Amino acid sequence: MAHATTAVQDQETKLIEELGYDDHFHEHEHGDKFKSNFITKYIFSQDHKMIARQFLITGIIWAIIGAAMSVIFRLQLGFPDESLAWLQPLLGKWIEVDAATGVGKLSQEFYYALVTMHGTIIVFFVLTAGLSGTFSNLLIPFQIGARDMASPFLNMLSYWFFFLAGVVMFFSLFLSTGPFSGGWVAYPPLSVLPQASDGSGAGMTLWLISLTLFVVSVALGGINYITTVLNLRTKGMSMWRMPLTVWAFFITAIIALLSFPVLVSGFLLLMFDRGLGTSFYLNEIFIGGQALDHVGGSPILYQHLFWFLGHPEVYIIILPAMGLVSEVLSTHCRKPIFGYKAMVYSILAIAFLSFIVWAHHMFMAGVNPFISNFFVIFTLIIAVPSAVKVFNWISTMYKANIRYNAASLFAIGFVSMFISGGLTGIFLGNSAIDIQMHDTYFVVAHFHIVMGVAAFFGMFAGIYHWYPKMYGRFMNETLGRIHFWGTLIGAYAIFWPMHYLGMAGVPRRYYRFDSFEYLRPFDDLNQFITIAAIITFFLQILFVVNFFYSIWKGKKMTTKNPWGSTTIEWTTPIEPVHGNWPGKLPTVQRWPYDYSKNGRDFIPQIEPLGPNESEVH
Amino acid sequence: MKTGLLIIGSLLLIIVVVVQIGKITELAAKIRGEEEVQIETNNRMARFMMVFLIAFMALVFWSAIKYKNYMLGYGPHEAASQHGPELDSMFNWTLFFTGVVFILTHIALFYFAYKYKGRKGVQAAFLPHDNKLEIIWTAVPAVVMCFLVIRGLVAWNDVMGDVGADDEYIEVEATGAQFLWYLRYPGPDGILGERNYKLITGSNPLGQDWTDEANLDDFQPNDLVLPVGKKVRVRITARDVLHSFFLPHFRVKMDAVPGMPTYFVFTPTKTTEEYRQELSKYPEYQVPSDPNDPESEPLWKTFNYELACAELCGKGHFSMRKVVRIVTEEEYKAWLSEQQSYYMSSIRGKDEDPNKGKILPGETPPSEETAPAENETSTEEATTSEE
Ligand code: HEM
Ligand SMILES: [Cu+2]
Ligand SMILES: [Cu+2]
Repeated sequence: MAHATTAVQDQETKLIEELGYDDHFHEHEHGDKFKSNFITKYIFSQDHKMIARQFLITGIIWAIIGAAMSVIFRLQLGFPDESLAWLQPLLGKWIEVDAATGVGKLSQEFYYALVTMHGTIIVFFVLTAGLSGTFSNLLIPFQIGARDMASPFLNMLSYWFFFLAGVVMFFSLFLSTGPFSGGWVAYPPLSVLPQASDGSGAGMTLWLISLTLFVVSVALGGINYITTVLNLRTKGMSMWRMPLTVWAFFITAIIALLSFPVLVSGFLLLMFDRGLGTSFYLNEIFIGGQALDHVGGSPILYQHLFWFLGHPEVYIIILPAMGLVSEVLSTHCRKPIFGYKAMVYSILAIAFLSFIVWAHHMFMAGVNPFISNFFVIFTLIIAVPSAVKVFNWISTMYKANIRYNAASLFAIGFVSMFISGGLTGIFLGNSAIDIQMHDTYFVVAHFHIVMGVAAFFGMFAGIYHWYPKMYGRFMNETLGRIHFWGTLIGAYAIFWPMHYLGMAGVPRRYYRFDSFEYLRPFDDLNQFITIAAIITFFLQILFVVNFFYSIWKGKKMTTKNPWGSTTIEWTTPIEPVHGNWPGKLPTVQRWPYDYSKNGRDFIPQIEPLGPNESEVH
Repeated sequence: MKTGLLIIGSLLLIIVVVVQIGKITELAAKIRGEEEVQIETNNRMARFMMVFLIAFMALVFWSAIKYKNYMLGYGPHEAASQHGPELDSMFNWTLFFTGVVFILTHIALFYFAYKYKGRKGVQAAFLPHDNKLEIIWTAVPAVVMCFLVIRGLVAWNDVMGDVGADDEYIEVEATGAQFLWYLRYPGPDGILGERNYKLITGSNPLGQDWTDEANLDDFQPNDLVLPVGKKVRVRITARDVLHSFFLPHFRVKMDAVPGMPTYFVFTPTKTTEEYRQELSKYPEYQVPSDPNDPESEPLWKTFNYELACAELCGKGHFSMRKVVRIVTEEEYKAWLSEQQSYYMSSIRGKDEDPNKGKILPGETPPSEETAPAENETSTEEATTSEE
């Protein structure tokens, strides 16, 4: 299995020299002679490879923060009567310590703040920016044969707007009234009225500012990704020769660009209601001993605007993961991805459908039940392209020759998670069943498995696989495999039992479960979930340590193409250069999945078709 | 402080151990040859895949059986409403189809992962696509989806339909507020009086307009009491932020939206007493209701239907409980006759009473205080005549 011998490497270099395309890049001032100092190289970098790493590391830091929050609120749910006084040094006044008994309780307000921040951080900062920001940046120029993004400057801005969004959100954690606490969906009137919740005061203001900055980041990134894919593909890289990763990032960027602005418009109206006395979302409210003057608005309008982004957002998260998994799976199976065109068409179908299913989050919100009929139909249609993708991944493994490592393990784990979580969507998409399931733990189980865990698995697969491309070194394999098995088992242990809670009607977003008789039989299940969550959280240390340790001490990459990949990012030098390729740009001669064809282990994309060879896909 | 140091210390220790493990394994790989180690890894991972598959499936079934008594339509927790069983049955049909898919795809996934591990000297097959296969597995899910959609939509439109023009039904109102539910019944006239949120005060929590006569007999009980077998139309409103009216045992849920009433129509089919009797057959309900007091009544005896809030409404969201009691028609009538209108009990004669000093129809003039017995009969007469 030693694919990448020096002979192969030499041949690849020769191919680029012979067939490559000379864009005279290195003859210009901004080419080779580009002068970089510490600040332009590591901080305000405009190089897509550096920006990708900035997105990734920022994402990892946010992931640790977001996950730590969930451990704290899981402690509350699993062990509501245990003292949390030991957390006081960290959380300060949010742990209310009873002077007489010394028992410390997590304040109710802060419990909800933690839940809200956890959701916001993981959904937007980790699984949107950290995932698609990292890999779109890293792989789009690399895999389509571009020197960099279409606009490296906007690309840099995109990262720094994300960074700024993070700073604002982080700052909101330290407000005396606490961060926003009305749920990641921020439904008004709760999110509008400081009288309704402490977090809806300054906390919500900062939340809105942060997410608006975030949308700017997404828009700048998205425009760039789309432009780059459309305009900077190297010679021979037709759309039908793009790896599925690039397809996924491309479509994701389009979805993001179409849907995030709608969120901002929703936010804008929310800001007006909060600050300017308008009544877009407010109607006949009595709160804090006072009847407000607002009349005529509708909180449901906000829900429409939010979910018009919100549902596409879940695909913004999962499509890049799907792309990464397709690529990783195919490479390590040493087999072409099964049904490449079907994969692309299902990405397109999912992308289109994701815009017309948003109200499945609102079946019980008080919208006209007749309207729901359409949303049920479209929602359940989405299951079809999703199923196609699953079948294709599984078929890719049929008669494969799978090389097991952390990357391919996580790719396989992704498929399992996507199946388990996608299937519960079929319950929820049927509005009649959703009457009972809506806002219960069944939904929590559904989206954590299909989006949370699956997207993390896709991200892990991508990190382990492209780590050598990012840092010139490998992450440790043994630790990676332990990380995989622990996380796979841990994630199912956390989220599988939540289905049972949901079927029993346990509502989500409850601070404790003993106010209701019917919620009492589940103490041991909740404890089990909490313990599993703690163990799984600490298992992630394996990953974090492995990641940072390997940057400096990991095993060095000695050949350009360690996985025997067909795609062209592996023809770039081990030591990254400005402009990605030292000389000419490679030209592309075939589709990206010629693995195990004609008796050869793999045929790189830069190798011309043989005399009798046809390009199959 | 001490715990802090301890935590940091053990974290560092873990990190050191982790790094060491990493180093050692890398060294071992170097010594023994990467390819050799890769094949060995493939074998080991493939075996793990198989073990995982078996353990996962076993645990899925075991846990499902263990918790089935708390789940929809199995064991004691059958729906207590007319539309409930249809929803439960749909849930279970969906569970069947998705269960089959879940099991088959997982078997394929992990079996392939096991079978097609990387072996020495073997090459994978070049199978880029197969149109026939792909058409089949696009079409089959589509057909199953059609079945589920059609059934789902029929049920949905049936459940969500409003009452018909000549339906007989009881109308009640539930209002969510931070952090409790207000219940309101229309009283003998069968009409819920007008509300205006500007009229809300401490003593008039729903902002009832006392100049509307329909309000005068409305009452606000503590529990949601309903007769079995009668159609109920719940008018759901919110006073401040969103709430959601959730009756888990009845498969009823609908958001409460400020300024926009929503409705849910359902028919309870089991009295609280009947439901308790069903629960009594299950061992998990024969335990003492108070775990600390073995002498306390068995759990099934203390069972109550409950009303919960299912939309995040602030820090007290988890505590918006009301008891729901489903009773027989006679019990319901008896209960109704005991209820006193909110107006009479809390407003009448106070400053905010627009009728202060006036005599309401059927009321005896206050000057005739001397005859309390007569007074009582006349009020009763008034109620009966209005009925
Ligand atoms: C087979 C395809 C799917 C269907 C039919 C489906 C259906 C649904 C429905 C109907 C809901 C609303 C449930 C409720 O609130 O009562 C829901 C919630 C959700 N779904 Fe899915 N889903 C599918 C796949 C996915 C995927 C692929 C993702 C993400 C990658 C996802 C992420 C979510 C999230 C985040 C929520 C909950 C949001 C919240 O309320 O906080 N779903 N899904
Ligand atoms: Cu959705
Ligand atoms: Cu609530």
